[in-house]
Amino acid sequence: MKKVNATNTAVLKRGGFWHEVSNNKVLLLMVLPAILYFLIFHYLPMFGVILAFKKYDYALGILKSEWIGLKNFEFFFKSGQAYTVTRNTFLYNIVFILLGNFMQLAAAIFLTEIGSKKVRKTAQTCIFFPYFISWVVVGAFVYNLFSYDYGMVNSILKSLSLEPINVYTEPKYWPFILVILNVWKGLGYGSVVYMATITGIDTSIYEAAEIDGASIMKRIWHITIPSLRATMITLILLALGRVFRGNLTMFYSLVGNNGLLYNYTDVIDTFTFRTLLFSNDIGMSSAVGFYQSVLCFVFIMLANAIVKKVDDDSALF
Amino acid sequence: MKNNKFNKKPIEYRVFIAFSYIFVIIIAVLGVVPFIMMLSGSFTSESYIVNHGYSLIPKFFSVAAYKTIFENPQRIISSYAVTIVITAVGTIISLFLTTMTAYVLQRKDFPWRNKISYFIYFTTLFSGGLTPWYMLMMKMGMKNNLISLIIPHLFSVFNILIVRNYMNGIPHEISESAKVDGANDFLIFVKLIIPLSKPVIATIALFTGLTIWNEWYNCMLFISDQNLYTLQYYLYNMLNNATAMKELVSGTSVDLLSSTDLPAESAKLAMAIIATGPILLLYPFIQKYFVKGIVIGAVKG
Repeated sequence: MKKVNATNTAVLKRGGFWHEVSNNKVLLLMVLPAILYFLIFHYLPMFGVILAFKKYDYALGILKSEWIGLKNFEFFFKSGQAYTVTRNTFLYNIVFILLGNFMQLAAAIFLTEIGSKKVRKTAQTCIFFPYFISWVVVGAFVYNLFSYDYGMVNSILKSLSLEPINVYTEPKYWPFILVILNVWKGLGYGSVVYMATITGIDTSIYEAAEIDGASIMKRIWHITIPSLRATMITLILLALGRVFRGNLTMFYSLVGNNGLLYNYTDVIDTFTFRTLLFSNDIGMSSAVGFYQSVLCFVFIMLANAIVKKVDDDSALF
Repeated sequence: MKNNKFNKKPIEYRVFIAFSYIFVIIIAVLGVVPFIMMLSGSFTSESYIVNHGYSLIPKFFSVAAYKTIFENPQRIISSYAVTIVITAVGTIISLFLTTMTAYVLQRKDFPWRNKISYFIYFTTLFSGGLTPWYMLMMKMGMKNNLISLIIPHLFSVFNILIVRNYMNGIPHEISESAKVDGANDFLIFVKLIIPLSKPVIATIALFTGLTIWNEWYNCMLFISDQNLYTLQYYLYNMLNNATAMKELVSGTSVDLLSSTDLPAESAKLAMAIIATGPILLLYPFIQKYFVKGIVIGAVKG
């Protein structure tokens, strides 16, 4: 008797599933392109991580290529390149995130305090401009500034009878160049995000504080900054999830294949990119890609867990 | 009147405002000066650059760089055509797919809403990396295929989330009552939801369009046929490859002997200006929509 009942509910449940499918068939068809897209272009390549453990042979294909265990990883770590590119990726991103957000916040606060609407709008238009230019064009500009023979910086140095500098052979200048350019390019976008939050703050709080005699610095410190906390945490958290992903388009269009600078400019992404495209070492570039994905995954899980402990509402998921 | 009010404020307030102006003006100038420098360099005569280097204000004004580039314009025209086509086609398809997906995922009566959302979101947390993806694309015949420049931009998880959040603000009863009247979900989406989502659609249209316009990374990965180069990749090649540069300034054949007096230096900058062209012209008009768009994304997201 009981058995019969159980099978009956199972049948009903299965019927329920197909019933739901037929009830929602148009919605399912509408979401189908997205499912297929992510399945093919994102989930299918995840199985490609087995390449990291193989000596890839074009003639044999992925499945028949020889297994070589951790050899690809071994080489990457023993050559010291793992350390260099991981360090560079991490440090550059941390500085980009911290200095970038600090400057965006400052720009947003100063822009909102400016009384003249005309100045504010014009300034915003100018600050936002670099966001629209591709990194390749920025590369042309960097060349214009730093070209050894014709660059503006060297023209000035020469006119002051100082030694010209060659940034394309000296890695030590690049951390400054890259950080400044990154902050410069992201300033407009970020400051608009912060300004949007500032305009959402109830102005009566400021008025009350002013009547109570709070100075402008105190108002910013005790009203504006706390109100921006949630936005700041979300932005930083989102960026931290990508802390082991280098901005390839930026590094590659500014530095390219200039091996002299790698010690200070090579990030995980440029390394993978070169290994794939120029050395054609499929196994090695897969191994580095896999290493990066695992690093990112662990890091974002940790960051999210910490935020969840401190402030549950700000967590990403 | 306004001035009087300002003068009555405490001194530290006035100092603060003065500092705000100085700070804002400095970063505003830094935003546009590089571009003025490139513009000036591209209009400077080659001999001046070779002898004195670039300068902020063009001395010895010359249009030689632009003249040389436009003497053999076929490459520029083809890269412009490629860029315009992929930007237009890519943006339109991406908008349609993104909004349609977002609409389904915010329908409260869709039973697999959360599961599919997570399925899509997970791809931002873990990925197979560049290499397996690259090999898959090559297997699918993407080498020298313009589709390879569109596919990577079709869906962006971030855009889906922004549109979904925006649509959450549209009263749910609109879809419900249309459904009771017997309308099909797709028609509800096209006829009712799209018109109500115009602001957010405009926003992601601008951001997607800008991304595809500045595309060169996928072009580097998949395109080797020079006739299919995007504008930015064409520029990239010119800046980083001396032979490509000489080809440009001396026609199609590489003639090393005569190329010394061709405007190679100023042509690099002129090409950068040409590659940014439409953005430069449109920027003053569309900038405010980008700002509005970020506000929509920031407040809703």
